[in-house]
Amino acid sequence: MADSSKVTLLDSWYSPFGMRVRIALAQKEIEYEYKEENLSDKSPLLLQMNPVKKQIPVLIHRGKPVCESLIIVQYIDEVWNQKSPLLPSDPYQRARARFWADFVDQKIYSLGKQVWLSTGEAQEAAKKELLDTFKLLEGELGQKPYFGGETLGFVDVALIPFYTWFSSFEHCGNFTMVEECPKLVAWAHKCMEKESVSKTLPDLKKVFDFLMDFIKKQKANK
Amino acid sequence: MAEEVKLLGFGGSPFSCRVEIALKLKGIQYEMIPQELANKSPLLLEHNPVHKKIPVLLHHGKPICESVVILEYVEETWKGVPLLPEDPYERAMARFWAKFIDEKCLSTVWKACFSKGEEQEKGMEEVLGLLKTLESQLEGKKFFGGDNIGFLDIVADFAALWLGVLLEVAGVDLLNDSKLPLLCKWIEEFNNCPVVKETLPPRDMLLKFFKMQQAATGPQYK
Repeated sequence: MADSSKVTLLDSWYSPFGMRVRIALAQKEIEYEYKEENLSDKSPLLLQMNPVKKQIPVLIHRGKPVCESLIIVQYIDEVWNQKSPLLPSDPYQRARARFWADFVDQKIYSLGKQVWLSTGEAQEAAKKELLDTFKLLEGELGQKPYFGGETLGFVDVALIPFYTWFSSFEHCGNFTMVEECPKLVAWAHKCMEKESVSKTLPDLKKVFDFLMDFIKKQKANK
Repeated sequence: MAEEVKLLGFGGSPFSCRVEIALKLKGIQYEMIPQELANKSPLLLEHNPVHKKIPVLLHHGKPICESVVILEYVEETWKGVPLLPEDPYERAMARFWAKFIDEKCLSTVWKACFSKGEEQEKGMEEVLGLLKTLESQLEGKKFFGGDNIGFLDIVADFAALWLGVLLEVAGVDLLNDSKLPLLCKWIEEFNNCPVVKETLPPRDMLLKFFKMQQAATGPQYK
């Protein structure tokens, strides 16, 4: 039975973690209220709903908050289980999906930041590890159109928002994704054919400019 | 059949113990294949090429890696004693706090216990804050899982034994009734459970091991 209680999402337009939730909500065709958070001036609602981490995204459903993007995506999948399942039904395939989504979480954000912000040998090492990470993901994708098989799944949702960061990695790391990881680029384009992705991901240039500005400020503060 | 389920694990690892506790709670027979942490076996490298870490569960020869992913797999594969609540919101809460333990608590404890002087003081303050936040989830309950141990109790196994040992090695008195009353009570209850008693390594062995670590070059454990 579709749950029709009010759904609110506290998020920030540029956050890949927030995008995961937005894609999941779109896949399930769930109506929700979107509230943009300014992370340098966090709202009382955000601080009340996520007192532990004080971070977005936060999904508020039936008045109760769910935090941490992949936990929210699993929650959405379990509550609105009638349509577009994101996790497979087989326990072993579910474990694989959770493993690779966790892998994305462990690697991409921290390595990406190092590629942006460090220089010299440290940056080269981070770039190598980031590319190795992408290549491992290509290996897991194999010949499938999506990590989820024939349809968008949990790992696709976990990873595709980082497509908005590809050009910033290329710029800072001095490489091109299409040369290094052509399969992953093809996969990203395939995901973009889905409305739930193309309507969710912000304009790539807008994200690139935002990130360059962020990087400039971070480097100036050091 | 016992030969269907194997665990590449290590008796002294809280991550490995999590899986053993879960399997025992479900009444699953398994074969433990002990691994050496410093000398990774071909079997481990074959079945966890990405992280090269224990625990790895082998079910019908198929590997599942990452302790929390394994716990979810065990829960979904074998019925019987439920580890996670049925309600999706309660499940999301259990997953959130498990992530809090793994991402915030463990690394902060490690760092604080193996640092010195002012750095250790600051670290211990942070540890106390995190543990107080965690123990708030025990308010009015015997276990994180309610009347019986569940997913979050199992993930918190670190706090039941390793935490106290590390604090003792560091010479810091933090884990007492006045500072962390709920956690201390939980530790007692958790350690009284038969499957836990059967699984956790002897305290004096762990103490000896970590005293050696501290005398040498710091945490080699992970």
